[in-house]
Amino acid sequence: MKHLLSTQDLSARSALRLLDTAEEMAAVGEREIKKLPALRGRTVVNLFFEDSTRTRISFEAAAKRLSADVINFAAKGSSVSKGESLKDTAQTLEAMSADAVVIRHPASGAPARLAASGWIDAAVVNAGDGTHEHPTQALLDAFTLRRHWARITGTPSAGTTLAGMKVLIVGDVLHSRVARSNVWLLTTLGAEVLLAGPPTLLPVGVGSWPCRVFYNLDDALAERPDAVMMLRLQAERMNAAFFPSTREYSRRWGFDDGRLALLDTMGLDDTVIMHPGPMNRGLEISSAAADSPRSTVLAQVRNGVSVRMAALYLLLSGDPQDDDDAVDGRADQDDPPATTPEGRTP
Amino acid sequence: MTVPASESGIHKRVVLAEADIDRALTRIAHEILEANKGSRDLVLLGIPRRGFPLAQRLAQKISAVDPSVDPDLITGQLDVTMYRDDLRRHPTRSPLATQLPPSGIDDKVVVLVDDVLYSGRTIRAGLDALADLGRPRAVRLAVLVDRGHRELPIRADHVGKNLPTSSQERVRVHLAEIDLIGGSPVDEVVIEDRA
Repeated sequence: MKHLLSTQDLSARSALRLLDTAEEMAAVGEREIKKLPALRGRTVVNLFFEDSTRTRISFEAAAKRLSADVINFAAKGSSVSKGESLKDTAQTLEAMSADAVVIRHPASGAPARLAASGWIDAAVVNAGDGTHEHPTQALLDAFTLRRHWARITGTPSAGTTLAGMKVLIVGDVLHSRVARSNVWLLTTLGAEVLLAGPPTLLPVGVGSWPCRVFYNLDDALAERPDAVMMLRLQAERMNAAFFPSTREYSRRWGFDDGRLALLDTMGLDDTVIMHPGPMNRGLEISSAAADSPRSTVLAQVRNGVSVRMAALYLLLSGDPQDDDDAVDGRADQDDPPATTPEGRTP
Repeated sequence: MTVPASESGIHKRVVLAEADIDRALTRIAHEILEANKGSRDLVLLGIPRRGFPLAQRLAQKISAVDPSVDPDLITGQLDVTMYRDDLRRHPTRSPLATQLPPSGIDDKVVVLVDDVLYSGRTIRAGLDALADLGRPRAVRLAVLVDRGHRELPIRADHVGKNLPTSSQERVRVHLAEIDLIGGSPVDEVVIEDRA
């Protein structure tokens, strides 16, 4: 794995490897000394062309826990506002010998362009591009779901998939890179994905996605999902009238107090409510739902650091001279080289 | 006993069979108890993967001598992957679980357990990993096989067998808990020679 650009082309094996590695990283977060020396001397650049709080902080914390040096770059207040191109910005970072570039960009495909263009040698991590993908968010959601599933079934979470889980994603799918990444990843991991939203906020071609689509939230809830993921209504990307009023949206598509009570009356005691954040309280999710014991919002943030540590570690720790296929091929063996005792390879 | 491998030209020689391994571990268990003057504050940490089953076996043997010891409560696993100095020279390694016994390692006598001691670099990584987890009163090292060729000033306190080898040879340890050969669990130490 040289770059992490999307979950659509992530194999089940690679996804499981990321999640299992994140499991070990999570254990580090519970220690007194929350630091590992694995990426000592490597430089991670956070290249953010869009506003972000938790993703940037999460990547920064992840890189620092692995002892990497972190350079934060925000487009605001930089030469980008003077008209510098993505290529020139990237090459500037390359000249400062960045080993990994974590990029968020308003244009879909910008990270893929950076990775494929040959402008830089660094590993590229997609931290959200336009309305395309946000792979680390999907990975942390899968990680949260897997831990929840392991807790209610009483099995260890490492090594297991999400087979048998039913996950409902609700709201503004059209503008949501989180929804797209989750549809691909959760399906790859064996979960059944349901989408619900107003037709105006579902993308063209959603019928070809590997999931069932509902145009009524209560019909979708009647399918008894194990997790309900509420998406943020992305007002900043809305340049047309997608629904009559926020009040109507909230009543038809919001996870309000009534629907929270409905989960109890339906006997869905183990159904969790997820939200990628930032939340519009009172719009797509009510305060009671966001603060209920069912809510995994804070667990998602906590798991985000572990998952991003896993991604940075797997991208940066191996031999850079190995070509991609060989790394992937050998890394996916049943007996990982990590276990090789020192008697074998000098 | 020499078994020439059919196609690859690798010669295999079994240097420790199941009974030899068992005898060596019994002796090491007694040595650990003797050096520690009893089982007080003992913690056995196996280095994955084959150090961990060895640590479990040693704990069983210690509890056979001293029935007040619960083998599960003194055994743990210490993953050293993230502390290795050769991460960039190999394909990416996946970290494995670190599990400490419930009593922790602070002020304990920690015995690191591994299958083969070679360059000493794994143990160096293990010492660094330990320092991030707590402050043991003392750290000792028990290995099933010491094959020499040390690259660091590290020495084992308890050795199952000293095995003079050439660096061209490979020492493979197979343990019944992990290794299946031809579908059946095997306990043996083999030297492979690429002739």
